Amino acid sequence: MDIELKMIRNTLIIRLKGEFDMLQAEKIRRQIDDKLQEEQVHNLIFNLEKVSFVDSSGLGVIIGRYKKMKEKDGSMYIVGAQPVVEKILSLSGINKLVPLFKNEQQITKI
Amino acid sequence: MGIKNFVHFEFQSLPENVSFARACVGAFASQLDCTLDDIEEIKLVVSEAVSNSIIHGYDNKPNQKIELTVTIHEDHSLEMIIKDYGKGIEDVEKAMEATYSSDPSRMGLGFTFMKSFTDEMDILSKPGDGTSVRLKRSFLKEHDALS
Repeated sequence: MDIELKMIRNTLIIRLKGEFDMLQAEKIRRQIDDKLQEEQVHNLIFNLEKVSFVDSSGLGVIIGRYKKMKEKDGSMYIVGAQPVVEKILSLSGINKLVPLFKNEQQITKI
Repeated sequence: MGIKNFVHFEFQSLPENVSFARACVGAFASQLDCTLDDIEEIKLVVSEAVSNSIIHGYDNKPNQKIELTVTIHEDHSLEMIIKDYGKGIEDVEKAMEATYSSDPSRMGLGFTFMKSFTDEMDILSKPGDGTSVRLKRSFLKEHDALS
């Protein structure tokens, strides 16, 4: 799985590509948490456009980062979830806590 | 009800093998008359069960064994048995509760997903001996049932 981390002002965009399972979860979690520690992040965007699979290990990373952002009064968004991924997000209930958008442009318009 | 086809394989308890296991089962399940969405759900279920064996059964020890048996029955159902020889589950009822996890940093959604995407789920576990999870899903179409 590929990860791209991009800071734009106080927004951290995480672009993931591939299958997000237990093999990737720990590595991805560490990279995001390092960045959250280094930078002043107020908004976190998970771009899942190119994620073809997610299970509870991957989801755990996403939900865990939501809790972190909430603790520091930040915001989190998920963009581009494919139907197969969106179904899993819904089942976990995270979609009730984190707004889902089609793409990054939709958020920047807010 | 007879067996139409089955595969049985075993592999090491490595995170790398989770995607291998779900891809194999996905490919095998495609012999059934099912949709791509169905296959994705089956792959998720396998991913959860195998991840559980590695993380909880074996505490991430990499040199252990996981067995997977997948059977296509003549009634168009798919049965999967995921077996490990790890530490087992003390309280199966509790493990199956939504959002329960023995590890507080995890979400405890594994069994919820397994239950959501299958018709039957049985867990046989004995502390010290290991765990066997049996999952079954029917792909019987309405026209099959009537004929």
